[in-house]
Amino acid sequence: MSQLLQHLINGLAAGTIYALVALGYTMVYGVLKLINFAHGDVMMVGVYMGYATAFALGREAQRSLWGVVVIFAVAMVGCALLGFLIERFAYRPLREKPRLTALITAIGISFALSYGFQLDIGFLPGASPRAFPEVIVPSEWFIVGDRDVVVWNWQVISFLIAVGLMAALQFLVYRTRFGKAMRAVSWDHRTAALMGIPTDRIIALTFMLSSALAAGAGLLYAIKDTSVSPLMGLYVGLKAFVAAVIGGIGNVPGAVVGALLLGLVEEFVVGYAASTWRDAVAFGFLILVLLVKPGGLFGRVAAEKV
Amino acid sequence: MAAPGATLLSDDTTGPIPPALRGILPVLLALPVLALAEVLLGASPFATYLLSVVGVNIILAVSLNIVNGMTGQFSIGHAGFMAVGAYIAGVTSLSLKEVALSFLPVAASDQVLFIVALLAGGACAALCGFLVGLPSLRLRGDYLAIVTLGFGEIIRVVVQNTEAFGRALGLSGIPQYSSVAMVYFWVFLVVLVARRIAGSSHGRSLWAIREDEVAAEAMGVDTTGYKVRAFVISSFFAGIAGGLFAHFVPIINPGSFTFVKSMEIVVMVVLGGLGSTTGAIVAAIFLTLLPEGLRSLFGALGAEGSLAQKVDQIRMPVYGILLVVLMLLRPQGLFGTKELWDVLPRWFSRKKKGLT
Repeated sequence: MSQLLQHLINGLAAGTIYALVALGYTMVYGVLKLINFAHGDVMMVGVYMGYATAFALGREAQRSLWGVVVIFAVAMVGCALLGFLIERFAYRPLREKPRLTALITAIGISFALSYGFQLDIGFLPGASPRAFPEVIVPSEWFIVGDRDVVVWNWQVISFLIAVGLMAALQFLVYRTRFGKAMRAVSWDHRTAALMGIPTDRIIALTFMLSSALAAGAGLLYAIKDTSVSPLMGLYVGLKAFVAAVIGGIGNVPGAVVGALLLGLVEEFVVGYAASTWRDAVAFGFLILVLLVKPGGLFGRVAAEKV
Repeated sequence: MAAPGATLLSDDTTGPIPPALRGILPVLLALPVLALAEVLLGASPFATYLLSVVGVNIILAVSLNIVNGMTGQFSIGHAGFMAVGAYIAGVTSLSLKEVALSFLPVAASDQVLFIVALLAGGACAALCGFLVGLPSLRLRGDYLAIVTLGFGEIIRVVVQNTEAFGRALGLSGIPQYSSVAMVYFWVFLVVLVARRIAGSSHGRSLWAIREDEVAAEAMGVDTTGYKVRAFVISSFFAGIAGGLFAHFVPIINPGSFTFVKSMEIVVMVVLGGLGSTTGAIVAAIFLTLLPEGLRSLFGALGAEGSLAQKVDQIRMPVYGILLVVLMLLRPQGLFGTKELWDVLPRWFSRKKKGLT
């Protein structure tokens, strides 16, 4: 029983991190109908930004509260900028082209980032994973029985940060003028433009927002994993994408539910079956969901109009 | 993208070679050449290896082009099907190693067993293609991309967890049955199939799906059926390519069939032109020989070994950037949907004009 509880806690902690990344996929898909393949790799770049900042701050400063805030701020702002650049120079010129071109571009960017960061030329970090500094010193906060159920402080902190960011996003999308414009663009971007909504700016801002969220999530993941590597974006990104599809891509609460589900499923596979099967299970789960409910759990299968 | 209809029509009966012969002619021409090449190359294992790799990549690119180019779907897990073919063919050959068909000379018997192993690999890959394709091809194109990518990962995990496939260490000791002639026999077979599909009513249905799926369905095209069939044919040849690969490399392991390999094939297809069989061939040859050429160039220039080794590393991000630049500047690829014989005469006539 206590083992089950422990797996539940770990699964939820992993799921909240997937949720933050999944939200980025879902938001961009919502406004552009584009699967931003490069999302996970933007996240990876953000984690390296945070890594560099942590080193610049030094061992003492990175563990203080303001140090953590600076690390998150640098990574999130840096990623927002990267997201803006990618949107401006790679996706925007292709917006009226067939969807396949944008998809290929996204795959290309993803590949260029994840393998570009594996080079060891100049400032690039090289292929081998690096230890991410312990910006949150791990300690056990809540223990049931004799270490039967353990909750780590970073699990609680990352849960709180993730929930906070999600609440902020929910407020932004449903309670602000920007959110209203975003929903309008998502509904029909041509009509939205006719109504005087600056669609280009809204789409750029959506990209920046999703990239910043990804950077935050990536840092939480790196803290959990205590490592950072150029390929983390590919894997975390794919898992998060799977989560978004399971919840119904384009649907904000769906992404969160899908991510929590995926986190739990993975945790139970690792806990009760074999950890080597973890990656296969995520995709098996995806194919299963698509077979049963092609639009995802909360998605609607929209009839294509001509 | 440019309407392929125009090129399809112009491809019909005009031109110097009758359309029925176009597909078979290269085979007839190439078989003696290949037999000669096999004899000449006997002395150079490296040239044999290189030619075999080029051939396998051509099979992969041309077969992927049937799905990504002609049908307009986007599969990025081709290496997964290649892996299925390689492992199944490899295991078949390993278990038949001691078997010989008594009524045949040893060499011939080996080749028969080799073909059996290849077909087993191809069939298993085709079956996997059917299983993966059936659910995902009913969905929109971008889902297919993810599902095929996920499939590639599942294959990798399955192989790594299966004793019979040698886990992470891989399979070694597979008899080296493969020969340049055998590889290019399959190259011509896949090109033949691809060209025959492109010119047939089956192919027109695929083009229709590529251009506008809703319209195609409205015109009575069984879109799911055609997509699944294209996917099965494509996976079959990917499996064959994997089987060939397994029989001329000393060892196959999960590392040979990663996402990187899939991307390599995608880049070949996109660079050559989505929908152009000859484009895929040209791009496959170019992209396979380029790193080799650069490596030996750096080696010959006496650059320190690291630079020659870095060619492999730099290749990957360059592929990514190449895709982005291609999409921005020339989204139809080098040839678009045209074939080499549509493009070449124009180049020649342009040159002639320039001269006079």
